[in-house]
Amino acid sequence: MLKDITIGQFFPGQSSIHRLDPRVKIIITFVFIVIIFFVRSFIGYGMILAYMALAVILSGVPVRYMLKGLKPLLFIIALTFFINIFFTSGEKVIFKFWFFTLTQEGLLQGVFMGLRLIFLVAGTSLLTLTTSPIALTDGIEHLLQPLKIFRFPVHELAMMMTIALRFIPTLLEETDKIMKAQMARGADFESGNLFQRAKALVPLLVPLFISAFRRADELAMAMESRCYRGGENRTRMKIPKTASRDYIALAVTFLLVLGILLNSYL
Amino acid sequence: MSIVVENLTHVYMKGSPFESVALDDVSFEIQDGEFVGLIGHTGSGKSTLVQHLNGLLKPTKGRIIVDNIDITERTKSSKWLRQHVGLVFQYPEHQLFEETVYLDIAFGPKNLNLSNDEVEKRVREAMELVGLDYDSLKDRSPFEISGGQRRRVAIAGVLAMKPKVLILDEPTAGLDPKGRDEILGQIKDLHRERGMTIILVSHSMEDIAKLVDRIIVMNNSRIALMGKPEEVFSHVDELQEMGLDIPQIAHVIRGLRERGMDVPENIYTVEQAAAAILAMVRGRSNA
Ligand SMILES: Nc1ncnc2c1ncn2[C@@H]1O[C@H](COP(=O)(O)OP(=O)(O)O)[C@@H](O)[C@H]1O
Ligand SMILES: [Mg+2]
Repeated sequence: MLKDITIGQFFPGQSSIHRLDPRVKIIITFVFIVIIFFVRSFIGYGMILAYMALAVILSGVPVRYMLKGLKPLLFIIALTFFINIFFTSGEKVIFKFWFFTLTQEGLLQGVFMGLRLIFLVAGTSLLTLTTSPIALTDGIEHLLQPLKIFRFPVHELAMMMTIALRFIPTLLEETDKIMKAQMARGADFESGNLFQRAKALVPLLVPLFISAFRRADELAMAMESRCYRGGENRTRMKIPKTASRDYIALAVTFLLVLGILLNSYL
Repeated sequence: MSIVVENLTHVYMKGSPFESVALDDVSFEIQDGEFVGLIGHTGSGKSTLVQHLNGLLKPTKGRIIVDNIDITERTKSSKWLRQHVGLVFQYPEHQLFEETVYLDIAFGPKNLNLSNDEVEKRVREAMELVGLDYDSLKDRSPFEISGGQRRRVAIAGVLAMKPKVLILDEPTAGLDPKGRDEILGQIKDLHRERGMTIILVSHSMEDIAKLVDRIIVMNNSRIALMGKPEEVFSHVDELQEMGLDIPQIAHVIRGLRERGMDVPENIYTVEQAAAAILAMVRGRSNA
């Protein structure tokens, strides 16, 4: 039941998108997110859609699988859409009902905001779907290297992220198991009022915390007994390399940025 | 209570790239009062199978009938089902959460909305069944007692619901030999003295051989062998191919027979073997 969550999940594969240098992928995603906020017309969204479609097709991630990841956000997207539709003031009134007024400007604004959210989520989930957590944190660590000048603990931060990401599936599995074990003793997590439901979580949360602390303890012990110490003088097994596909991806992204800026400001 | 499983198939995470078939067209029957051993290599689908029997998992395909009620159809009966089919998970001590042993064991009965007196009676009884001393342990924290005792507290937590069928998923995993023998002995008593229907999941033939009436062997999500222990143990080669083994003493007996000694074939516990070898030696010296 908990396994249905796909946001932040990795979809293993060997496509050209999967094999992009994670640093390049992170930069591209960042640029993509920023450029979405510069889009002002349907033509602009057309370009974004074409770019996104190209990336999804190349990645080999089934479209249905991507859309499933959007499902939990449907509510937020719908809410943004409706708030924008009804609370944007404008001239051309389409209809009036009670204290709602629907204007053409509002409708347009609502559609744009909805599209913006959808592409934001789709873009970032494509990044996590095609990049393994390890590659992702490796990329972040490399990109943050300059911050070391300010004594920012880049390596430690990356290590913490790696460990946290690594343990998400483990904790979900554990939650599933403990939940089932308590249900076998007649626990009921699904009915009752808010207060009763919160109380019903105690038999789940206590064992979960205990096991999380136990795991943390064991992991620290295992790392220490292998003489782990972070930061200075550590060498890497995998040194990231850029290839021609990385430059092609950057070039295509540059074209998208150019197209959108021209479309919005000319 | 009898259990009938018909053409049960279970697919985890259907429709995702991580889809995996954990059970593939599994059918069997368990009679009231039977003691059945479910054995198979890690990942063969044992845990998935037993979680279907009390409705924690729903079949992708197939039917499960408990006490003549099709549990795949009636979803409302889950409380009834959980009470009558008790399931002890693997490493059950990981699910303890209360401040005292008493409160933890009482969690199940309280969920059944029983009176306080009845709850107390059941806790006392359940602790006795697993060999825990009620007066000295009831107020201790479940986190400060020994590992073997914690395991028993967890088992008592399920027994306190008074199930008719008891399923134990690898109840001896990670215990020392003494703790293992004690728990297996108590499970045996539950069957002999209380007439409980018991399903014991294990990957150790040694544990199962001396206890059960019948063995179901799982391999790669399917049932590979099913029958009385001696029938199952006669398929030595097949079992070894599945990464399982017959009890060590059965190897000894086979060796003796190959060397022409006159011992009976169907021996799979040390006690039986000792008796048979003694009988053989006496027979020789008399002759
Ligand atoms: N919650 C789950 N989600 C996905 N796959 C699972 C889950 N539980 C078990 N599996 C898979 O199903 C198969 C059978 O597992 P399981 O029933 O636990 O076997 P056993 O108890 O015999 O070791 C394994 O391949 C396992 O990886
Ligand atoms: Mg198992």
